[in-house]
Amino acid sequence: MIAFIIRRLLQSVIVMIAVAAVSFALFRFVGDPIYSMLGQEASISDREELRDRLGLNDPIVVQFARFLGNAAQGDFGISYRLQMPVAELILQRLPATMELALVSATLAFVTGLGLGVYTALRRRGILSNIIMTASLIGVSLPTFLIGVLLIWVFAVELRWLPSNGRGAVVQIGNWWTTGFLTTSGRLALILPAITLGLYQMTLIMRLVRAELLEVLRTDYIKFARARGLSARAVNFGHALKNTLVPVITITGLQLGSIIAFAIITETVFNWPGVGALFINSVRFVDVPVMSAYLMMIALIFVVINLIVDLLYYAVDPRLRVDRAARSH
Amino acid sequence: MTGAMTDPLLSVRDLVVEFPTRRGTLRALDRVSFDIMPGEVLGMVGESGAGKSITGASIIGLIEPPGRIAGGEIRLKGERIDNLRPEAMRKVRGRRIGMVFQDPLTSLNPLYTVAQQLIETIRTHMDVSEAEARKRAVALLDRVGIPAAARRIDDYPHHFSGGMRQRVVIALALCAEPELVIADEPTTALDVSVQSQIIEVLKDICAERGAAVMLITHDMGVIAETADRVAVLYAGRMAEIGPVREVITDALHPYTAGLMGSIPTLTQESDRLVQIPGAMPRLHAIPPGCAFNPRCEKAFAPCRETRPELMDRGNGREVACWLYDTVATGGMRNA
Repeated sequence: MIAFIIRRLLQSVIVMIAVAAVSFALFRFVGDPIYSMLGQEASISDREELRDRLGLNDPIVVQFARFLGNAAQGDFGISYRLQMPVAELILQRLPATMELALVSATLAFVTGLGLGVYTALRRRGILSNIIMTASLIGVSLPTFLIGVLLIWVFAVELRWLPSNGRGAVVQIGNWWTTGFLTTSGRLALILPAITLGLYQMTLIMRLVRAELLEVLRTDYIKFARARGLSARAVNFGHALKNTLVPVITITGLQLGSIIAFAIITETVFNWPGVGALFINSVRFVDVPVMSAYLMMIALIFVVINLIVDLLYYAVDPRLRVDRAARSH
Repeated sequence: MTGAMTDPLLSVRDLVVEFPTRRGTLRALDRVSFDIMPGEVLGMVGESGAGKSITGASIIGLIEPPGRIAGGEIRLKGERIDNLRPEAMRKVRGRRIGMVFQDPLTSLNPLYTVAQQLIETIRTHMDVSEAEARKRAVALLDRVGIPAAARRIDDYPHHFSGGMRQRVVIALALCAEPELVIADEPTTALDVSVQSQIIEVLKDICAERGAAVMLITHDMGVIAETADRVAVLYAGRMAEIGPVREVITDALHPYTAGLMGSIPTLTQESDRLVQIPGAMPRLHAIPPGCAFNPRCEKAFAPCRETRPELMDRGNGREVACWLYDTVATGGMRNA
């Protein structure tokens, strides 16, 4: 178990170094930072001096090592556009994205699981067919269109919910702001959370349904029925638990995508999160922010993957090899 | 019903099971009748697709949809069980009829320990405490031959070998003390070396508890050693039923005779096994008359026209074959 964690941690470090290399390459290929910083009027000697001072004349390997060292300490440099430390910029906007992602992931997982189980157990029901057809729409409509449609219906026509922003937020500690504690904050979350989570929800629902139907055909489910266990024990105890392993994988990866793809939703709803920050950085070629964002998303994916692997252990005893070795 | 000593535990009468398909309705079982006496071992033999497993599934009420019982009745101690409501039938399963499946590697839920599965089953059917259920489970595992049962009970299925898992499956099928155990090819997926041990365990433990066994298999050797009576199915119809010794040594139905001829024996001089020419008809192409007539050497006129019903031949033997009908043979042959 511990050997496994150490092995996975080493793999994670390798992945992060690879992503860091890509982030680092951004500085060299997306324009010349000296031009961005000094503008058109600076003299050649000024430029050379700054280039030298910033260490841009050092060998690439040395520059990369410096970049890695700084990144490991959370130092991603200064934003070209906003003239603030990048880490600070991201931390400021991270709570908005995290809360949005958390709410939509929970929404997607809970309703996806529920609807998936329902449509699998009532395979031939009318309601199941309606849900399955509706889910096709959820899968095929693009996120921005869903967002715009929701805004049109619930914000413009019905005027029930706000169309943009986070509402009022409350400061918690030094750097976390939350919208959970105010009514306007909670109302503001609803539309973006649905927009962001709808695709993931339909995906999870279809996955749960397919997996559950597969499991319900297995011998051990037939045997459980033949022992007279109640439908509830068979469906929710024996069958559902066996569908969880693939569902956990996909849900974990989807949580990563929810954070990464919040960009579109945040743009549509003018949500003050890291996705909106990233879009603006791209527009102004603010390379330090772009590269830091890239590394942050990679880190989130790596951490989620690690958690998913550990959850496998919790769910599936067949993976606990050391125990098997002991009992034989 | 002349002077029956005891009432049958299970009585199947004219059972018809149909599967609607796009090409029409298939009859997987066509008016199958047989009895199982309390404590008896009935062997059910036949080729793949003859309807052995479907018979077992219909008795325990677990035919895969869209298959359905389209006729006949199944009685357990005189009470009809083929038309019970789902909840009432669920209480029969496990409690009064246990079932052992073919493949022990896939019969157990991989995510639950053996103890969890046993205790859950016991407590579903019996009003006992967790501790009492566990005590029973350990005793049962010990009885089916799991060494160090008290310790091994908390292991997961994948910690056990195939033979050991089948012992666990038997324990699970028997843990609520059913009166009838349906064993559907319980040894087919196992190593030859452990097959006889598993059959032995199953037979002994059922004998101890007075449980009857319906043993579904295509292995005549297993039937010969284990069963009291044997029923032969062919293309969804009952061909012959009788005490196992008589059926093996003196088969009445030409199909049974062919089946017995195909058992390899060490004492036999011949290098070649006897084969029945042809193959069993597919369910949508069963010929008129006796289903076996195209492959039968002894077929004559009525065999191709009218289906023969089971006829009582005395000594508990029954056969569905025109050769034994005095009117049909009309003195042409000596049956």
